[in-house]
Amino acid sequence: MNLHEYQSKRVFARYGIPIPNGDVASTPVEAREVAKVLGGPVVVKAQVLVGGRGKAGGIKVAQTPDEAEEKADAILGMDIKGLTVGKVLVDQAADIRDEIYLGLTIDRARRRVVMMGSSEGGVDIEEVAATMPEKIIKIAIDPFIGFRSYQALELALELGIPTELTRSFTQIASGLYDAFMASDASLAEINPLVVTGDGKLLAVDGKMVIDDNALFRQSMLAEMRDIVDEDPYEAEARRYGLSYVKLDGEIGCMVNGAGLSMATMDMIKLFGGSPANFLDVGGGATSDRVAAALRIILSDSNVKAVLFNIFGGITRCDEVARGILVALDELKTPVPMVVRLVGTNEEEGRAILADAKMETAATLAEAARKAVAVAKAAREGSAQ
Amino acid sequence: MSILVNKHTRLLVQGITGREGLFHTEQMVAYGTNVVGGVTPGKGGQWAAGVPVFDTVTKAVSATEANTSIIYVPARFAPDAILEAADAGIKLIICITEGLPTLDMVKVRAYIDGMDVRLIGPNCPGAITPNEAKVGIMPGHIHIPGNVGIVSRSGTLTYEVVAALTERGIGQSTAVGIGGDPIIGSTFIDILKLFEKDGDTEQVVMIGEIGGTDEERAAEYIRDHMTKPVTAFIAGKTAPPGKRMGHAGAIISGGTGTAAEKMAALEAAGVRVVNQPAEIAEIVATLAGE
Repeated sequence: MNLHEYQSKRVFARYGIPIPNGDVASTPVEAREVAKVLGGPVVVKAQVLVGGRGKAGGIKVAQTPDEAEEKADAILGMDIKGLTVGKVLVDQAADIRDEIYLGLTIDRARRRVVMMGSSEGGVDIEEVAATMPEKIIKIAIDPFIGFRSYQALELALELGIPTELTRSFTQIASGLYDAFMASDASLAEINPLVVTGDGKLLAVDGKMVIDDNALFRQSMLAEMRDIVDEDPYEAEARRYGLSYVKLDGEIGCMVNGAGLSMATMDMIKLFGGSPANFLDVGGGATSDRVAAALRIILSDSNVKAVLFNIFGGITRCDEVARGILVALDELKTPVPMVVRLVGTNEEEGRAILADAKMETAATLAEAARKAVAVAKAAREGSAQ
Repeated sequence: MSILVNKHTRLLVQGITGREGLFHTEQMVAYGTNVVGGVTPGKGGQWAAGVPVFDTVTKAVSATEANTSIIYVPARFAPDAILEAADAGIKLIICITEGLPTLDMVKVRAYIDGMDVRLIGPNCPGAITPNEAKVGIMPGHIHIPGNVGIVSRSGTLTYEVVAALTERGIGQSTAVGIGGDPIIGSTFIDILKLFEKDGDTEQVVMIGEIGGTDEERAAEYIRDHMTKPVTAFIAGKTAPPGKRMGHAGAIISGGTGTAAEKMAALEAAGVRVVNQPAEIAEIVATLAGE
């Protein structure tokens, strides 16, 4: 789960990391009020869960409260990479002398939490990693020992932090580590960490990603989830315990297992089609879950055909077949379907679907080829 | 021979009285796996699926001489279950449970790395040596004994490949699902090493997916140390960056972890990389000299 910038910075502040004074606003008038209270120039920043806000025109400086209202009016409602801006953060503008990157993530290969620092702050760190990997300093942290001040000091020296700021830097780095661990984060970054004109460190922008698997013990963070920013069908899928990711193709997929789901998408592509979604119905899929999954898939108007690919292990094919019938009865959709059921209770499953006039397939390749063909026919049919 | 699980496996089921645990214990017993007991705190002294239940792993081990354990307990208790098994002297721990917090797994790995214990998973289907022992949730009947070792990050995709091999009469030495999480107990390299040493395994099938760099590191190992042929499939060529594809570990981040990179690395290491799962059985059959 991704936190907004203002949410991330509020978490940081609780761990002693200095952040600019500011507040969120949902209307231009609110933005004006915040700017008035702050006094002086402010930065109005779109709060959307996507990178590249600045380039998209979602971050603007305002000199007066009037101007802040004007800028907020322009930014609120703006579309940034498919997301509508519903909130802006109005922060006191910082006097920037220097910009540093400081972040924490989990290094899968080393199986450690790793702190990353770079003197190339304020830019996309992934770009720095690709073009100047030597500019990123990494420190692996032992999970039992934690992050130590000598490590912070080493990092400060490598980054060229002025001596008078090393103490403050150590506090910020330790605070970021504590925030990361206490929040079950998979990413926490300050970019940029600014050295201000008056010689102070300030976390001007922040980002946190929380491990979905740990949300059960992070109720405060879980409540911050912004459903407005989420695909409504992905949210709906989550309620049913389904993994669903919307894509931009035209063949809906319902598969059991994440690996097989990805392989099914790949096969559709291989045969010249394009998948409309990733959907894993999970192990032991029951008929009501199957029905919910089909509703979600068909809610995407781009879908021209649906492919079911079920390899029954724990999942029973007859149960899936019943779910398909329930959903079809309810939805009465004209969208053609291709079904492949193999494994546990496949005979029973096929018998249940015998009257449903669905295309069937024995192998994954055959299923994908047929789905691509019926989607093409449906598209050409509707074009006439 | 085979790897990890066989007729000498003495299996303990942690979470044996739960819905999943009980169902799969019955399935494993029916397959012929030597299940010697189960653990559910507070239910010691009871029986489940025909085996005795104990309160702790330590008690179960001293009573049954179990050498392997399989974990079905809910995610929030699973890190503890792994540590408990390791401390009780279990040598092979297979964690089926999915959804363990990643930072818990960082600690669990750091702790057990200093011990003589092997962990498979979490979030995996387990391991099976056909006709000897099924320690997992895979459908047993699709497997037949033979000389192809299988290692995979996926569950149902592995069944798909195994079923295709079996249909052609090609048997498996052992099939191992290593799990779809970012931090797992055993990686591709760990399992490839075991297959390379195993007298019953003549060739290996590797099924990877997007996310992380495990496949790339496995490619280096294969190039430098493997004498047995390896055939590979990587799932997720069509996955968009930044989106988690079901498995917690299946995410392309910052331009790394793509299927294309993994396929290129494996090909450069001499691995036969296929475009669709169905081709695996064909190549394996050719290599087996059929």
